[in-house]
Amino acid sequence: MSDIQAATAEEQPDAAAPEPRHNAKRDKPRSLAADAWADLRRNKIFWVAAVLVVIIVTMAIFPSLFTSANPRACTLSRQHSGPTGSAFFGYDFQGCDVYARTIYGARASVEVGVLATLLSGVIGLIFGLSAGYFGRWVDAVLSRFIDIVLGVPFLLAAIVLAKRLSQDPQNNGVVAVIVTLGVLGWTSAARIMRSSVIAAKNQDYVAAARMLGAGPARLMMRHILPNSIASFIVVLTILLGINIASEATLSFLGIGLKGDAISWGIAISEAGPYVRVAPTPLIWPSVFLAVTVLAFIMLGDAVRDAFDPKLR
Amino acid sequence: MFRYIVRRLLQMVLTFFGATFLLYALVFANQEDPIQALAGERPITQNVRQVLTERYHLDDPFLTQYWYYMKGLLTGDFGTSLTGRSISDMMAQAWPTTIRLALMAIIIAATVAIVAGVISGIRRGSIFDNVTLVLTLVILSLPIVVLAPLTQLIFGIKLGWFPPTTGADPGFFKLLMPALVLGSLVVATELRVTRTSVAENLRSDYVRTARAKGLSRQRVIGVHVLRNSLIPVITLIGVDIGQLMAGAIVTEQVFNIPGVGFNLFRGIRTEDGPLVVGFVSILVIIFLVVNLLVDLLYAALDPRIRYE
Repeated sequence: MSDIQAATAEEQPDAAAPEPRHNAKRDKPRSLAADAWADLRRNKIFWVAAVLVVIIVTMAIFPSLFTSANPRACTLSRQHSGPTGSAFFGYDFQGCDVYARTIYGARASVEVGVLATLLSGVIGLIFGLSAGYFGRWVDAVLSRFIDIVLGVPFLLAAIVLAKRLSQDPQNNGVVAVIVTLGVLGWTSAARIMRSSVIAAKNQDYVAAARMLGAGPARLMMRHILPNSIASFIVVLTILLGINIASEATLSFLGIGLKGDAISWGIAISEAGPYVRVAPTPLIWPSVFLAVTVLAFIMLGDAVRDAFDPKLR
Repeated sequence: MFRYIVRRLLQMVLTFFGATFLLYALVFANQEDPIQALAGERPITQNVRQVLTERYHLDDPFLTQYWYYMKGLLTGDFGTSLTGRSISDMMAQAWPTTIRLALMAIIIAATVAIVAGVISGIRRGSIFDNVTLVLTLVILSLPIVVLAPLTQLIFGIKLGWFPPTTGADPGFFKLLMPALVLGSLVVATELRVTRTSVAENLRSDYVRTARAKGLSRQRVIGVHVLRNSLIPVITLIGVDIGQLMAGAIVTEQVFNIPGVGFNLFRGIRTEDGPLVVGFVSILVIIFLVVNLLVDLLYAALDPRIRYE
C-alpha cells in the first residue's frame, strides 16, 4: 500500500509555466483550501474522478436505482446462462444475476473503504499529532511503535488479524475487515501528520499564540492542526482507494467478507474456477473494482497536486 | 558506518520481537479450546488432552508460551501444520519455486522500470513520458485480484499465448506470465522513482561539470546520472519484497503454482492456524533481513550519506 504513496510523493509535476493571471491584483488573499479548490476546478482528471466517485457512491447507497433485480434471487437452472432482459451480464455458477450482484457489491467496497479509512485517520491523527507536538520521549516511543507496525508486511498482518477477528461464522465479517484495515493502515498517515506538525509548531504564529497564553489543547486544535492537516487528508484519500483494493484481496483469500455478503472480491474468487466456461462473472466485478480503485486514486492524486504547496 | 550498522541491527531486533509478539498474540492469545478444535467434533479422552496440553505448553502463562515459540523460531523449528507435516519441510519444498518466480518478477520489473524511467526522465513532458505516467497510474490502480485472473483469462485462455496454469516444478516459460503479473505490482512505483531521480540528477552540478568537460551524452547519462539515480530505486526494490510476498499469495493461487503463497492460501482456507503463523513468521523474518541488507547496501552505495 505504501508504494502508491511513495510513488505519488516522488512524482513531480511537469514544470508548466503558470498562466498569467489578469485579475491577480483584484484577487483577495485566498486560504489554502480556496487556492486548492481553484486549482482542482481546472483539473480534468479531478472531474473525471469526481464523477466516477459520485456514481460509485450512489450505487453503494441506492443500488436499486441501477437494477430492479434481487441479487440474492438465484436459480440454479439459470447457471452460466447468457444475458436476458435486465440481467445484462448473464448469470453466474449459482444462477445469480451477475449485473445485480456487481451493482450491489459496491456497497461493501465503499462501506469498508470509507470506515476503515476513517478509523485509520483517527488513529493516525492521534499518533501523528502527539508524536509531533510533544516530541522527546513521546515521539521516540510512538515512532518506534510505528516502525514495528510498518515492519510487518501489510497483507500478512491483515491475514492474521482478519482471521482472528472473524471467528464467528454467523457474522459476515464487515466489522472484522474494517478493524483490520483500519488498525494496519494508519502508519503512513501518522508519519505525514507528525512531520507536518513538527514543521508547523515552530512557526511564529504558534509562538505568538503561546505567548498570549494558549494551552496545549488550544494550540494543537486551533493553530497547529488546521495548518498541518492538508497532506494528511491527501494521504487518506489515496488510502481509501488502497483499502477498497485490500478489502477485495482479503475477500478473495476467504478472510474478508463472507457468508452471504456480496462483494467484488468474493465474486472474483468464486468465478475463478469456472473461467473457462463462463468468463463474464469474473470480468464484470473485476472491471468495477478496478474502476473504483482507479477513481479514488486519481482523486487522491488530483487533491495532492492541489494541496501540496511545494508543487505549485 | 559501523555505528550505523549496530544501530540498525538493534532496531531490527526490536522490530523483530515486536512484530512476532503482535503476530503470536493475535493468533494464540485467548483462543478457545485448541485441543477440541484439533479434534473437531469427536470427543477427547482425558489422557489425550493431558498429553497434548503438556506437549504444547497450553497451561503455561502467555509469556512463557511466547518464549517457547520464539525458541522454536530461532532454532529453525517452526512447528507442524494441522495435517501433521513439519512446516520447515513444507517451506523447503515450496521455496525454490517461489524464489524463481520472485526473482523473475524483480528482474522484469526492475528492467522495465529503469529503462522506461530513464527515458521519461530525460524527455520530460514528451509523449512517451505522459503515456508512461498514465500507464503507471492505471497499473497502480489494478488490484492483484483483478490483474491475475484477467491476465490468465486474456493471455492464457482466450489468446493462448501462455500456459494458463503452471503446476508442479514449473520452468521459465510457464512462470513468465505469473512473473509479469507479480512484477507489475511494483513496476509503477519503481518507474516513477527512477524518472524523478533521473530528472533531478540531470539538473545537478556534477552533470553540468561532466558536460562542460566535453563528455559524450551517453557517458554522462550512462555513468554519471544512472549510477546516482539508481540508489533510491535499489532501496525501493528492498521495500517491495513485502509487496511481492503479498502478491505471490494471490498470484500463486490463481496460476496454481505450488510455492509459498499457494501453501499459505491453502492454510488460510483450511483454517490451519499453525501453518499460517509459521509461514507468516518466516516471511516477516525474511522481509526484515532483506530490508536490513538493502539499508546497508544503500549506505555502501552512497558515500555522500553519513549515518551518525
